[in-house]
Amino acid sequence: MPVSSAKTLLLSCRSFNRRQRTLMVVALTTVCLLALLCGGLLLGEEGLSTNLTNRNMPPSLSYPLGTDWLGRNMLARTVQGLSLSFAVGLAAASTSAFIALVLGLTAALGGKRLDAAITWLVDLFLAVPHLVLLILIAFIFGGGITGVITGVTLTHWPALTRLLRAEVLQLRSAEFVLVSRHLGRSRWWVATRHLLPHLKPQLLVGLILLFPHAILHEAAITFLGFGLSPHRPAIGVILSESMQYLSAGSWWLAFFPGLALLIMVRTFDVLGDNLRLLLDPHSAQE
Amino acid sequence: MLLFLLGRILRLLTLLVAVSVLSFLLLELSPIDPVRAYVGADMLKVGPEQWAKIAEHWGLDQPLPERFARWGMAILRGDFGVSMIFRRPVLAVIGERFLASLALMLTAWVFSGVFGFALGVLAGMKQGTWTDRLIKWYCLTLASTPLFWLALLMLLTFAVWLSWFPIGLGVPAGVPTYEVTLSDRLYHLLLPALTLSITGVAGVALHTRQKLVEVLQSDYVLFARARGESGLQVLLRHGLRNIALPVTTLQFASFSELFGGSILAEQVFSYPGLGQAAVQAGLRGDVPLLLGVVAFSALFVFAGNLAAELLYWLIDPRLRPKGDACEQR
Repeated sequence: MPVSSAKTLLLSCRSFNRRQRTLMVVALTTVCLLALLCGGLLLGEEGLSTNLTNRNMPPSLSYPLGTDWLGRNMLARTVQGLSLSFAVGLAAASTSAFIALVLGLTAALGGKRLDAAITWLVDLFLAVPHLVLLILIAFIFGGGITGVITGVTLTHWPALTRLLRAEVLQLRSAEFVLVSRHLGRSRWWVATRHLLPHLKPQLLVGLILLFPHAILHEAAITFLGFGLSPHRPAIGVILSESMQYLSAGSWWLAFFPGLALLIMVRTFDVLGDNLRLLLDPHSAQE
Repeated sequence: MLLFLLGRILRLLTLLVAVSVLSFLLLELSPIDPVRAYVGADMLKVGPEQWAKIAEHWGLDQPLPERFARWGMAILRGDFGVSMIFRRPVLAVIGERFLASLALMLTAWVFSGVFGFALGVLAGMKQGTWTDRLIKWYCLTLASTPLFWLALLMLLTFAVWLSWFPIGLGVPAGVPTYEVTLSDRLYHLLLPALTLSITGVAGVALHTRQKLVEVLQSDYVLFARARGESGLQVLLRHGLRNIALPVTTLQFASFSELFGGSILAEQVFSYPGLGQAAVQAGLRGDVPLLLGVVAFSALFVFAGNLAAELLYWLIDPRLRPKGDACEQR
């Protein structure tokens, strides 16, 4: 789907330069992701209704991804699941990017003690395997969908914080920043006029690249049985339900939803990497 | 050296203490009532008196500070409490489960390391060719693949369709423990370990490739080529030596992902390891076991990170402070 079509497009577009091709990939992936989101919103409850006459149908023209043991349309459920993942990913990516920006700036500009404290906090969050941390948070919130969303939202900032902190530390000793400070500009002025413009591309790309992590973690934790609510088709829920029907040969229940998730995650990766190429002045004009 | 080790261990202690204390306090905030989770379906059969007795048995009737103090003292003595679902001491459960998980993780770790390194070297040596592109594409796709989905596909293909491997569990069903042979265990281990190593390959391979490309662009490789060394000679004499260290340390630093992956793989294959115990503890409200697993996984991750740092320190002389090298001899 999006990735492979983008690839074939790339091959036939050798006449365009790198920048034009990158722009096209960015546009194409964005359109695909937005279409998916709209699809999920438009579908609503339709297709999720049980239809006992069409149970366990393998993929066909009227049901491209087949139906499950209650006759529900798997295409509709998959799209719904993916748009839920999208929403969780959006919440997680934007919250994490915000936390990372605040903590990264504070650590790099706020003096030694604050820096040590924030570095320690980052280490604390990375000290426990991510999935174990998610299980812990899901449990604290009572095992429901709120716990899953909160957990995924609040645990993705450490890596980006590290990155931004390192970036600010490097910028802080750059000559133009030192000159600006010596000319009497305040810390705040330097932070907003000199540092933020440099951080913006990092932040944007970091935000986009957080999506894949958040989406995969959301799927994993719902797969393990947290936030389980059969009425809300999350990809993890769909896949964990499918496990009971695998030995009966209903391979499509597991194959297509997982493949769709893979394609979505990969699309975000491609989008993030191409944005980075565009925003980085070293490679923007190649 | 000693100072360095002491510093790391001190850091571990602060992190471990913080992880345990925070987890304990946060778990207290959970709306899940441990007694209710324990009683479960027998809710109607258990009267209020029995209920109060269970709470008293676990010390749940005491105020929070007192419970915290008691828990802290017990931990210091090495007593993590009794698991509610297994009804055995937490440490015993963790020890037994961890051995099963360790077999799984170690196999996957070694396999993914060797295979990923080989793929990365191949891609790096053939940089820019179709082989390189293919390997890169394969690794990037693998990195976006949900592990549990891959596990489901493996299960579907090799266990359901081809019937080469058992559908799950760590040992054959219906056979007494003393009759289970080592080959039985290995047979049940292979498919989950294979799944776990397939996804582990991506990170190592991409990292190896990048490091090798960096090395190949260096001045000393240019000089080596000018002396007439062939590609293979460059790789053997200069490439491997320079990339082996960063790649090995990366592999040690990946314990966190390995643990997370084993949770998912164990869940799909119903493999009775520590990850499955963690999921059970979380779903069924077994607070002592969950706390134990959290602390233990932190220890596991730390062991990996410490090993990575020690390796760097031991092998790369540039990282050592000046006078220190003499002190060692």
